[in-house]
Amino acid sequence: MLHLWLIPAFPLAGFLANGLVGRRASKAAVNLIAIGSVVLSLLWVLKTLAALGPLEHTHIERYFTWFQSGDLRVGFDLAVDRLTAVMLLVVTSVGLLIHIYAIGYMSHEGGYYRFFAYFNLFMFFMLLLVMAANFLLMFVGWEGVGLCSYLLIGFYFLRHSATTAGNKAFIVNRIGDYGFTLAVFLIFLGFGSLDFETVFAAAAGRPVETSAGALTLIGLLLLAGAAGKSAQIPLYVWLPDAMEGPTPVSALIHAATMVTAGVYMIARCAPLYTRAPLALDVVALVGLATAVLAAIIGLAQTDIKKVFAYSTVSQLGYMFLGLGSGAYSAGIFHLVTHAFFKALLFLGAGSVIHALSGEQDLRRMGGLRKHTPVTFVTILCAAVAIAGVPPFSGFHSKDAILLAAHHHAPWMYWAGVATAGLTAFYVFRAVFLAFFGTYRGPHHPHESPAVMTLPLAALALLSLAGGYFNVPRWLEPMFPPAEGAHDALLVYISVAAAAAGISLAWLMYVARPGLADRLAGRLGWLYRLVYNKFFVDEIYDRALVRPCVEGSSAVLWRGVDAGLIDGAVNQVGMKARDAGSVLRLIQSGSIRSYAAWVLWGSVLALAALVLSRGAR
Amino acid sequence: MILLNLCLALPAAAFLLLLLVPRSRPGWSRWSALAASLVIFAVSLALLAEFDGSNGGFQLETNIPWISAPSIRYHVGVDGMSLWLVLLTTFLTPVAVLISWRHIAARVKEFYAFLLLLELGLIGVFVALDLFLFYVFWEVSLVPMYFLIGIWGHERRIYAAVKFFLYTMAGSVLMLAAMIYLYNLAGTFDYGLLMADLVSGRMQLGARQESLLFLAFFVAFAIKVPLVPFHTWLPDAHVEAPTAGSVILASVMLKMGCYGLIRFCLPLFPTASRGNAPWIVLLAIVGIIYGALVAMVQPNMKKLVAYSSVSHLGFVVLGVFSFTQLGLDGAVYQMLNHGISTGALFMLVGYMYERRHSLEISAYGGVATPAPMLASVFMITSLASLGLPSLNNFVGEFLVLQGAAQANFTWAVFAAIGVILSACYLLWLYQRTFLGEASDEVKSHMFDLVPREWAATLPMIVLMVWMGVAAQTFLPSIGAANARILDRMQQGVVMDVKNTMPARGTEVARAR
Amino acid sequence: MTGVPLSWFLILSAVLFSLGVAGFLIRRSVLTVFMSIELMLNAVNLSFVAFSYQLKQVNGHLFTFFVMVVAAAEAALGLAIILAVFRNRGTLQVDEVNSMKN
Repeated sequence: MLHLWLIPAFPLAGFLANGLVGRRASKAAVNLIAIGSVVLSLLWVLKTLAALGPLEHTHIERYFTWFQSGDLRVGFDLAVDRLTAVMLLVVTSVGLLIHIYAIGYMSHEGGYYRFFAYFNLFMFFMLLLVMAANFLLMFVGWEGVGLCSYLLIGFYFLRHSATTAGNKAFIVNRIGDYGFTLAVFLIFLGFGSLDFETVFAAAAGRPVETSAGALTLIGLLLLAGAAGKSAQIPLYVWLPDAMEGPTPVSALIHAATMVTAGVYMIARCAPLYTRAPLALDVVALVGLATAVLAAIIGLAQTDIKKVFAYSTVSQLGYMFLGLGSGAYSAGIFHLVTHAFFKALLFLGAGSVIHALSGEQDLRRMGGLRKHTPVTFVTILCAAVAIAGVPPFSGFHSKDAILLAAHHHAPWMYWAGVATAGLTAFYVFRAVFLAFFGTYRGPHHPHESPAVMTLPLAALALLSLAGGYFNVPRWLEPMFPPAEGAHDALLVYISVAAAAAGISLAWLMYVARPGLADRLAGRLGWLYRLVYNKFFVDEIYDRALVRPCVEGSSAVLWRGVDAGLIDGAVNQVGMKARDAGSVLRLIQSGSIRSYAAWVLWGSVLALAALVLSRGAR
Repeated sequence: MILLNLCLALPAAAFLLLLLVPRSRPGWSRWSALAASLVIFAVSLALLAEFDGSNGGFQLETNIPWISAPSIRYHVGVDGMSLWLVLLTTFLTPVAVLISWRHIAARVKEFYAFLLLLELGLIGVFVALDLFLFYVFWEVSLVPMYFLIGIWGHERRIYAAVKFFLYTMAGSVLMLAAMIYLYNLAGTFDYGLLMADLVSGRMQLGARQESLLFLAFFVAFAIKVPLVPFHTWLPDAHVEAPTAGSVILASVMLKMGCYGLIRFCLPLFPTASRGNAPWIVLLAIVGIIYGALVAMVQPNMKKLVAYSSVSHLGFVVLGVFSFTQLGLDGAVYQMLNHGISTGALFMLVGYMYERRHSLEISAYGGVATPAPMLASVFMITSLASLGLPSLNNFVGEFLVLQGAAQANFTWAVFAAIGVILSACYLLWLYQRTFLGEASDEVKSHMFDLVPREWAATLPMIVLMVWMGVAAQTFLPSIGAANARILDRMQQGVVMDVKNTMPARGTEVARAR
Repeated sequence: MTGVPLSWFLILSAVLFSLGVAGFLIRRSVLTVFMSIELMLNAVNLSFVAFSYQLKQVNGHLFTFFVMVVAAAEAALGLAIILAVFRNRGTLQVDEVNSMKN
C-alpha cells in the first residue's frame, strides 16, 4: 500500500479546513492551509512515483465498496499508471504554481477563504478524476470539477453575468455528461463491470468494429461527455463565458487542467476507441472543426481573456485531432505543454489585468512592455510556445499531432496547419496590442508583486523547455506508437505557417497599426459575423433554451397541468357539487313533503309487488 | 420484536399524552413533542441492532389476532426495505418538530399531537403485514395530514386539504375493494398467508381478475406517489401546507405509494405487473421530464420543489417497473434519498418563508449576502437533489437508470434527460434567490441560520454525504429484501404456464 | 266475531290508515297532523290484532302493545313539544314553523 488516497485527501482536508473555519482565519492561515495541502499532495505524488519506478504495470489500490447491487460493484479504487502519472504531475505542479499566484491576485478580493476552499476542492476532484480506477469514480471527479468550475465562474456572485455563466457551464456540461452516463450504462451492459481493468481487458478481446456497433456507440457517447467538459463543438459555448471567473480560475480550471479531462478520458478509453475506428474518426473531425472555428472566432475578439479562451477551445480541438488520428500520446503531450503555456498566458493576462485595475479590453491597453516587463517577457515565452516556434514546447507537441493527422488524412494536416497559422496570428495580435505601441487606457500600469511573477517565470521556463519531456516515449507501452515517418517537409510547412501568422500580426498591429481596422471595415459583414462568434449563442438561445422555457410555461404548466389535468379534476368536483345541489332539492326540510315521498314510494313499491305477482 | 411494537405504541402514547398538556403552555407541548419524537427515534435506531441485514425476509414480527371475524390480525414486521422507511419517518419527525418551533404559533398542542399521530400512521403503514391493518394505518395517516394542511396552512389551505383528501380517498377506496375481494378469495387479510397461497398455487387468479386487482391497488399507490397524471394534488398540498407538513408529506407520505407498489403490486400480481409495465414506465418517464420542465418555470419556490418531487419519484416508479435488482435497489434507495434531500429543500424554503413571508422567487435575490450559511446549506442540498456524485441522490438515480437500461436501453435514454433538467431548475432557482445583489427588503429580513435551525439541518447534510459515500450502509439489506420480491416475480412467470381460471368468486377453503 | 271475514278488518284498517295519511298530508294544524298519526298507528294496530286472531298467534297482540306504548310516549312528548312551539311561535300551522330551514 502506497496510500494513494492521501494524494486527493490533502486538498480535501484543505477544503474542509478553509471552508469551515476559513472565514474567521487570517489570510496567512488560509494561505498556509491552501498552499500547504497542494504542496503535500505534490510531495506525495513524487514519493509515490519514486516508489513505483518505471510503472510497468498499473498500480491499483482498493479501499472500500462504494455501492453494490446485483452484479454491479463500484469500489472506491485508485490506480496509477503511466498516463495517470503524467496527469498527476501536471495537475499538482501547475496547480501549485497557480495557487501561489492566486495569493497575489486575490489579495484585494472579498471571499478570500472561499476562493481557496473552492480551489482546493477542485484539486481534490481533479486528482480523483485522474486516479479513479473505474468509470463511476471517474465520474465523481468529472462532475466534481464541473461543480468547482460552476462555483468559481460564479465567484463574483453579485454579478449577474458571472452567475449566468456559471449556470451555463454546469448545464452544458450536464448535457455532455448525459452522453457519458449513457455510455457507462452501455459499458456495464456490454462488459458487466465498470472497472477499467476488466472493461479494457474484455474490449481487447473484441474485434475491430468495421461498421457502427456497440463500441462505436459507446465511443460516441463518451465523446459527447468529453465534448462538454473539453469545450468541443457543439458544446464549446460555455468556455468563453467562463472567463467571468477570476483569472487564476481561468488558468487552472479552464485552461490547464479541467478542460483537458475530456482528452484524458478519451486517451484512457483508448482500448475502446482503437476498436471503434468510426468513433475515432468522429473525434478527429470534431476536434479539427473546433480547432478551426475557435481559431477564427479568436481572431476578432477584443477581450484579452476571451482571445485566450477561444485559443483554449482551439487547442483542445488540436488535442482531439491528435487523439482521433490515433496518436493518443501526441494528444496527451499537447495536453501537457498546453497546460504550461496556456496557464502562463492566462496568468500573464491576469497580471496585466491586475496591473490595469481590472481592464480586460485589448483596445485600452498598449505599450505595456515598459510598465510590466516581467509579464511581457513571460507572455512572450508562452506566445512563441503556443505559436509552435521551434524549439519551444508547443512546437514539439503540435508537430506530433500534425504528423499523425497527415498520416490519418492529409487534408486534416492542411487544415491543422492553417489553424496553426491562425493561432500564431491571434496570439501575437493580442501580445502586440497589449504590449507594443502606446498606452491607450486611463490607468497607471504597475508590475505585479513577486508572488505573482515568480510562478510566471517558472511556467515560462516550462513553456520553453517543456517540449523536452518526452511524453510520447514515456507513454509508448500504453498506446500504440504513432505511425508515419518523421517527414521534415511537413515540419517546415507548419513552422512556416506559424512564422507567417506572427509576421502578419506584426504587420497589422505594429508596423501598420491602421491596417486592421481598414480590413475590418472592408470585410464588414464577415467581421461582424466573426466578432459575434457566428451568433451560435443566439441560435442556441432561440432554438433550444427559449422554446424549452416558454413551452414549459405556456403549454405544459398552464396548458396541460393547470388547464387539462387540474381542470378535469376540478370539473369532476364541480359536477359532483352540481349534482348534489340538484339532489338537495329533495331535502326540502318539510316533513310533509317527506311524507309524500314515503307515500309515493310505498305506492310504487306495492304496485311493483302487485304487478310482479300478477305477471307470475 | 418488542421494539417494533414500541415504535407503534410510543407515538400513540405520545399523541394521547400531548392531548393532556394544558393548552396555555405551548412550550410544554413543544418540548414534550421533541422529547417523545427523539425517544421514538432512539427506539427505532435500536431496531438496527436486532435486524439481520443479510436476511431478505420479514423480521421482528408480531402476529396476534385482532378481530376474529372477519379474520384480521395485528401482524407487523419489517424487512430490509421497510426498516429504512421506518427509520426515515422517525428521523424526520423530530426534525419536523424543530422546524415548527416558531413557525407554528396557534393551536400548538393540537399541531404536535397531529404530528405524532401522523408518525403513528406512517410507521404503521410501513410495518403492517395484514392488508386490513395496512389500510387502517393508511387512512390514519391521511387524517392528521388533512388537518395539518387545513388548519395550519396558507391562504388556500381548505381547497388544498380537501383536494388532497379526496384524491387519496378516491384511490384508497379502490384498494379497499380489492382487499375485500382478495379476502373473499383467500379467507385472510394476512400478507404472508396470501403470498404463501399465491406461491403454492392454492389460490390462483385469472388473468382478468389479477389485472383488475392490480389496477385497483396501482391507482391507489399511483395517486400517492404521485405518478403523472395523478399528481395535481401535490403542488397545491405542498404550497398550502406548513413547512413541517410539506417535509413529512414529501419525505415520507409519498413513499407510502412507492412502498405499496413494491410490497403489494409486484409480489401479489406479478403477471399483471409485467403486463402493465410498458405504459406505467411510459408514465414514469413522462413524469420525470414533464415534472422537471414544469418545475423549471414555477414562480413559487414550494411549487418548484413539489414538481421536482414529481420528477424524482418518476425515477422510483421507473426503477420499480424495470423488474431488475439494480432498478429496485435504486428505487428504494431513491425513496430514502428523496426523503432526505427534498425534505431538506422544503425545510430550507420554510426557513426563508419564516424570514421574508413569501414563497415567490421574485421576492428574493441576493440572499447569500445576508445569510451565507443558509446559502451554503441550500447549495449542498440542491447539489444533492440534482444528483451530484458523492452526494446521496446520485447512487439511487444511477442504479435506477442502470436497471432501466438493463430492461430496455431506450428507457434510460429518455429518463436520463431528467438529470439534465434537474440541474437547470435547481441552479436557476439558486441563482434567482441567493445570488446577485440583495435588495433592501432582503437585507433587512433575511438573517442566517439560528442554532435551532442548525440542529434540524446539520443531520440532514451529514446524511446526504453519508448516503452518497457510504451507500453500503443501506444497500445490502435493501438488496436482500428486493431479491425476494424479484424471486417471487420469477415464480409468477413460471406459474403463468399452468394457470387455470377459477370460477368467479370461488372461495378457497382454508385449513386455518 | 264469527262470520266477520278478515278482509273486512283489513279494509277498515286500510280506510283508517288512508284517512290518517290524507290528514297528515293535507291538514295544517300540528294538532290535527298529530291526531292523523295516531289514526295511522291505530289502523295498523287493528290489522295486527285481526291477523293475530286469524293466525292464532300472540305476536300480533305483542306488537299492538308495543305500538300503544310508543304511541303513548309519543303523545306525551309530542304534546309537550306542540305546547312549547305554540308558546314560542304563537301558531300551530306547520308551514309557519320553518325557522330551521336554510
